[in-house]
Amino acid sequence: MEYKAAALVACSTLALALPAVAADPIKIGVIAEAQAVAGSSIGPAAQLAAEEINAKGGVDGRQVEIVVYDNHSSSAESVRAFQRAVSEDKVNAVIASYISEVVLALEPWAGRLKTLMITPGAASDVITQNIAKDYDHLKYTFHGYLTSSALAGLVCDAAKDLLVTPLKMKSAVIVSEDAAWTTPLDAGYEACLPKVGLKVLDHVRFSPDTTDFTPIFNKIEGQKPDVMITGISHVGTQPTVQWKSQQVPIPMFGISSQATNSTFWNDTNGATEGVLFNAVSGPGVAVTPKTLPFVEAYKKKYGNVPAYSGYTAYDEVYMIADAVRRAKSTDSDKLVDAMEKTDYIGTIGHVAFLPKGDPHVHGLRTGKGYITGLMLQWQDGKQLNLWPKELANGTLKFPAFVKVATTR
Amino acid sequence: MLFWQILIDGFAISALYALGATGFTLIFGVSGVLNLSHGAIMVAAAVAAWAAAGLLHVNAYVASLIGIAVGIVLAFATYFIAVRPIQQSKRIAESEREIFILTATLLWGIIIQELVAYLYTNNAKTVLPIVEGVVTVFGVRTPSNEFFTAAVCWVVIGLLWLLVNKTRRGKAVLAASMNPRGVTLLGIELSGIYLTVWAVYGLLAGIAGILLGMFLGVSSYSVGPLTASAFSIVVLGGLGSVSGSLIAAYVVGYLETMTAYMISPAYRSVPALLLLIVVMYVRPQGLFGRR
Repeated sequence: MEYKAAALVACSTLALALPAVAADPIKIGVIAEAQAVAGSSIGPAAQLAAEEINAKGGVDGRQVEIVVYDNHSSSAESVRAFQRAVSEDKVNAVIASYISEVVLALEPWAGRLKTLMITPGAASDVITQNIAKDYDHLKYTFHGYLTSSALAGLVCDAAKDLLVTPLKMKSAVIVSEDAAWTTPLDAGYEACLPKVGLKVLDHVRFSPDTTDFTPIFNKIEGQKPDVMITGISHVGTQPTVQWKSQQVPIPMFGISSQATNSTFWNDTNGATEGVLFNAVSGPGVAVTPKTLPFVEAYKKKYGNVPAYSGYTAYDEVYMIADAVRRAKSTDSDKLVDAMEKTDYIGTIGHVAFLPKGDPHVHGLRTGKGYITGLMLQWQDGKQLNLWPKELANGTLKFPAFVKVATTR
Repeated sequence: MLFWQILIDGFAISALYALGATGFTLIFGVSGVLNLSHGAIMVAAAVAAWAAAGLLHVNAYVASLIGIAVGIVLAFATYFIAVRPIQQSKRIAESEREIFILTATLLWGIIIQELVAYLYTNNAKTVLPIVEGVVTVFGVRTPSNEFFTAAVCWVVIGLLWLLVNKTRRGKAVLAASMNPRGVTLLGIELSGIYLTVWAVYGLLAGIAGILLGMFLGVSSYSVGPLTASAFSIVVLGGLGSVSGSLIAAYVVGYLETMTAYMISPAYRSVPALLLLIVVMYVRPQGLFGRR
């Protein structure tokens, strides 16, 4: 009898003690493209953030656990991974993909399964437009990277300061890959380029399967623009290498996602010399006090420099942890409320989300005081930042075969 | 201007297709194997050359040699892992062997493709070009590398012709492609001939892959299209006919280039595939086929 009582007491003590000893971890699923340069930083960067948070005692004693799923760049595989993450692995939130098509496929699932999802790298405006149209169902999705139209605006701003004012450039051809994210990007370019003084001579969209860019460059060269304004992410190496090997005399300026990665110099055997590309961060550029320590820690742990989506994925783990701390819960609706109130200085700037009622609800606030973006150029194996001026660590320089307007 | 542009660009790409398809058709002619890992071997050779240049910091020549070596090793691996066990298996009926080999080489190709993607990501890589710079011919600014590519392709194809027609070993290979049983009756080991053919194949696929890597760049996504283009060129020219493949390579290469320049780069491969369908209806043995 006494034994039984003792056992009972022991049991109940154990039962009481258990939650305190091993609080449930906060589980964050990461669905990303392990085999693509732009997506391969997402998982490792999230892991790094989780380890840092855990080393400091976690979130109110709860550890952050990252569960990574490789989606092989496929929407169908991403949806399966999302379902598995929520129903079997019981994740509290998901960080997903740099591909807009993937995020658009996951968006309704985040709504159906009522699970917080944030993308560190997709750009299509449709992601946030969908939320605006059906907020109650789709409010679980957050857009943790710039929308295409915001990116177009930043590229135009940089073009004005770097090309139009000092070099007197007057005309441009838009060159972009045919994908969900470039439709609003191109519309944005068409609208803002003339405003900064660049006449749009033509608009070339090509299939992401294109391997031989010779006919495309030939056509553009025939139109004699001062600059090519790019929108490429799925492709990168091939147009860049062929631009150099064919010595196309027109500079490339705009979005080239693969160029943000440090391996791009090797991938192109240095052909990327002179390519200008928008980014939210760059090596050695202290956008915020957190940027360089993150890059150092990432380099130390993984031996390379993160792609653009690595910076955002790293911040997003901190943002989710912060939301859990403020919501005092991992309940999805409470998390969404807390995420909406995010006011966080991350590695790419001051992060805050656009409120309900905005056509881009849950998109990032951009512009002065928030996220402004950078314009970098590959020079001699390094990515130097040229814009905005206060964060610049290099000056514009083109390879010899590029003929700039003023010298024509 | 456009005429010269198409003529020059089409010539280089066609030469590359010809080289790639020659090895493919040689294997089929001699051993009846349709090697669907063809594209994967080309890509792996190119990526190996790229990786050698980046990791070992060797020059373009050494990197290319390493890439070619990888091509030959993979050709042998294909033969010993995917092809020979099926050819010699007693559990697989004679009539089903071809389809087994077809499936095995397809899967083997996918394994190589996934390995390349896993180790080096699926982003495109370009091999350090041996010749840099541009030359202007008939008003067309063309990378010197394009002329280099075409020249290497034709030199290699020429050497192959010499090997097949002027050496004892080559004549045995030629004989085996015409009548394998006859060759064995003359006391020549067929297995030895197979080894020779696979070695030559690996060499050709390796060189073609590296040249493609220098010219346009390759990624693990290129595997399927490369196999498909070699396959359609070979079917168009007539399975097993080397000269048919060479001519078909030029037909496909120029059709593609003309489409890309005159219609749109997006429809590049469509007319050649339509032509293939027409040929299948009208002349199923291909333009120059013997069987």
